[in-house]
Amino acid sequence: MIIGAIKESLPGERRVAATPQSVAKLIKLGYDVAVESGCGIAASFPDSLYVKAGAEVLNDQASVLARSDITIKVAPPQTDEINLIRDGSTLISFIVPTKNEEAIGQLRRRNVTTLAMDRVPRISRAQKFDALSSMANIAGYRAIVEAANEFGSFFTGQITAAGKIPPAKVLVIGAGVAGLAAIGTAKSLGAIVRAFDTRLAVKEQVQSMGADFLELEFDESGEGEGGYAKTMSNEFIAAEMQLFADQAKEVDIIVTTALIPSKPAPKLITADMVKTMKPGSVIVDLAAENGGNCELTKPHEKVVQHDVTILGYTDLPSRLPTQSSNLYANNIVNLLTDMTPEKDGQLVVDIEDTVVRAVLVTKDGEVTWPPPKIDNPSPTPQKTPAVPTDAAIQMTKPDAIRPWVWTCIAAVVGFGLLWLMGACAPSEFVSHFTVFVLACFVGWQLVWNVTPALHTPLMSVTNAISGIIVIGGMLQMGPSVYSITSFLAALAVLIATINVAGGFLVTHRMLGMFRKQD
Amino acid sequence: MESMSQLAWLIAAVCFILSLSGLSRHSTAPRGNILGIIGMTLAILAALFSDKIDGGYVLLILALIVGGVGGSILAMRVEMTAMPQLVAILHSFVGLAAVLVGLSVFLSEMRSVLPASGMDENAEAFIGPDLIHRIEIFIGVFIGGLTFTGSVIAWGKLDGRINSTPLMIPGRHWINLGMLVVCVLLGWWFLQSTAFGSELVALLLMLVISFIFGAHLVMAIGGADMPVVVSMLNSYSGWAAAATGFMLSNDLLIITGALVGSSGAILSYIMCNAMNRSFLSVILGGFGADNGSGGPGIDRGEQTYTSTSAEDVAQMLRDAKEVIVVPGYGMAVAQAQHPIHEITELLQKTGTRTRFAIHPVAGRLPGHMNVLLAEARLPYDLVLEMDEINEDFPDTDVVLVVGANDIVNPGALDDPSSPIYGMPVLEAWKAQEVVVFKRSMGSGYSGVDNPLFYNENTDMLFGDAKKSADDILQALRQ
Repeated sequence: MIIGAIKESLPGERRVAATPQSVAKLIKLGYDVAVESGCGIAASFPDSLYVKAGAEVLNDQASVLARSDITIKVAPPQTDEINLIRDGSTLISFIVPTKNEEAIGQLRRRNVTTLAMDRVPRISRAQKFDALSSMANIAGYRAIVEAANEFGSFFTGQITAAGKIPPAKVLVIGAGVAGLAAIGTAKSLGAIVRAFDTRLAVKEQVQSMGADFLELEFDESGEGEGGYAKTMSNEFIAAEMQLFADQAKEVDIIVTTALIPSKPAPKLITADMVKTMKPGSVIVDLAAENGGNCELTKPHEKVVQHDVTILGYTDLPSRLPTQSSNLYANNIVNLLTDMTPEKDGQLVVDIEDTVVRAVLVTKDGEVTWPPPKIDNPSPTPQKTPAVPTDAAIQMTKPDAIRPWVWTCIAAVVGFGLLWLMGACAPSEFVSHFTVFVLACFVGWQLVWNVTPALHTPLMSVTNAISGIIVIGGMLQMGPSVYSITSFLAALAVLIATINVAGGFLVTHRMLGMFRKQD
Repeated sequence: MESMSQLAWLIAAVCFILSLSGLSRHSTAPRGNILGIIGMTLAILAALFSDKIDGGYVLLILALIVGGVGGSILAMRVEMTAMPQLVAILHSFVGLAAVLVGLSVFLSEMRSVLPASGMDENAEAFIGPDLIHRIEIFIGVFIGGLTFTGSVIAWGKLDGRINSTPLMIPGRHWINLGMLVVCVLLGWWFLQSTAFGSELVALLLMLVISFIFGAHLVMAIGGADMPVVVSMLNSYSGWAAAATGFMLSNDLLIITGALVGSSGAILSYIMCNAMNRSFLSVILGGFGADNGSGGPGIDRGEQTYTSTSAEDVAQMLRDAKEVIVVPGYGMAVAQAQHPIHEITELLQKTGTRTRFAIHPVAGRLPGHMNVLLAEARLPYDLVLEMDEINEDFPDTDVVLVVGANDIVNPGALDDPSSPIYGMPVLEAWKAQEVVVFKRSMGSGYSGVDNPLFYNENTDMLFGDAKKSADDILQALRQ
């Protein structure tokens, strides 16, 4: 099958759905790839690289679309593009079905199988196709870069000859993928970062990125379906707004990323709060597309209100076109890898597959969106029992008593045996026994000093010296070569000598291998 | 002459003690080995000139030469991966020698009294070896016999000649107990008996039972517990030598046997601790029989893993500052240690600190992994023990897990239902990125599932470990 990637027609869209790297991977899957000339220019991928990767570069959009069995692109398709797509072919792209019902209707009429990259469910298995997460990661990074661009000071604190520079304070609201990326970026620029999220489960992630997690004195978690947030109670919201109002007076940068699926973004930063912010502060509203988290946000635009710069850009991933094209193209390759089980360039649309079912928007002239609900939990952190269970406690208790009892029993038995031995055994035996016990203790002390790295040589050396039993055999040798005792003894000598020679030699070999770094 | 021999043996005993103490450090270890050789040479020479040998020198020298040459060939030929087998088979030799010497002592002492005692049965009991001496013979032969067959079975399992899954005969504990009881009864018969014939029968019957006992004991132990078994047999071979020493009233044998015996006991103890298993439960056997059926109790949701490519791993390594390699026996099987060493050298040159973390049970013998890495010419100061390096994982950028599984299983710490719960493990998952070299998604030697593979910061690199390492090396050189 032929996969075709076209130049994005949406103004300002600089991303591309296929990179030279991804083309090579698609070819490995058995597909042929055609791309429109110049499709990767904005993302710094010249045509020559595509050719080198094995793609066919065609001059115009129409000829690519006419040949493609599978069309891949970034932005939702425009009407003129849909008209050029072949009947019955497959389209993989961002679709945003909630907003593009008309386009879906057109695709349905053209019998197109449509896979929406923005509908990938948030289950662990699908993480590698999750284009929204890929893009959110980039948006979070870019949000801080944009903020730094508008902000009049350093992010990091410094002490210079000219005076002390305090570090910038950054508040990130919503610690999803974008929020966490923003936290990481701000942190690595040297800012003091605080983060808030209604989902208490993300606290650990926030702290692991080096930010402070702001908490309300409130017992409610906003863990909603599919790892996204849900709407909170009124009391909670009041407490939350108070927290933001307090923070607004203090921080220099606010990045908001609060989104609730299929609802307008919650208004978290009111105009009053903006008024109390320090002049020169910056707000980056990543929820601008859905109306914005700040009351004063203008989607797609930069505005300055009450001396505060408010950025409502909605094209942040596109502002890092190379990076976002790379990730998006990888997401597509991963999806196609899963949907090409035989690696023979034949796409298999398996409706039974939860991921495929979720992304499938139209197929065989029918709209298959929205899919039936799947109840698959989000990758919430596992709650592992930190405290030992009852069973574990009961297990450990007797153990604490045991050594005592055992020591006593061992002592009594030991004394008993010694007494018995003293009573019956001849003195010669007792003297040998003395030697034996002392040697055990010497051995015990010696061997604990052996470094674990030399335990194998230790074993081979002890192997060799336990060949000392050769002496036992030798002493049993008698004058008559043919007597059974001499025969047994000679046999013992023979095999014990194997031990002696083998053990020492192999130890020598091993020790010769150990060397220190020059 | 006898005093001279005794003194020479004293010096030999001192040499052996110094030999073991030399092994405490890498720098003094070769000297320790040399001291052991000197001690052994002295001991054998002293025995040759001892008054107690009254003939048969030709046969004796012949045996010494043949044994010496045979042992040398064995030692020069053995692959380092096959060390466990060699060690096991050498244990069996000690056990067999102890049996032979025991029988020889019994026969010679009985024989020397037989003509004098005539046919009077009642007289024999008093002229034969005295009570404690008979006990010594009996116990010596028993330990020797059990060490012999036990070691042969261990050798077979390690060498893959015998299936390494535990043999679980129903009621096997009772069988073992029964055999022990029979041995004690035979011992009582042996001591009470006044006729040479019945004594011999008792001794040989006991020998047969001790053979079966040793074999059965090791048959019931699974592959994962082999390091413990080999250490335990090491200990037994020492006790067998010590018992022979008692038999012959020879202090050198007693001392040496005790040294070896306690050494093996300590190694078994260390191994058991490293697996969080009690010695008794290892010996009773049966571990590693269920293949992951007792899987993780914590529901970890849909388990997915990410796989990666050699090129990506190479890039990851280039960007890293701190790298730790966690090798397991799988690395040795695939012979991946050589390319891994070259990767290490390349990384060292670019200023990336690369070290190796060794779990006590990483190989199939205590310290086995260190030898395998040393064979690949890896400097030993880059190779650290679990206790030395476990703290460093959180500050590590990339961990390469090569052919290891159970020793990096986080379930051992946080999942009370895991069969290996409580075992100390290398905390590889605390590093930024973990790359696991693995053939496929199968479970480990003990058959326990490993949640590490499904972690977000874990990438799986599938394929033969050597090939993967070669590919990474290739990519790093570009």
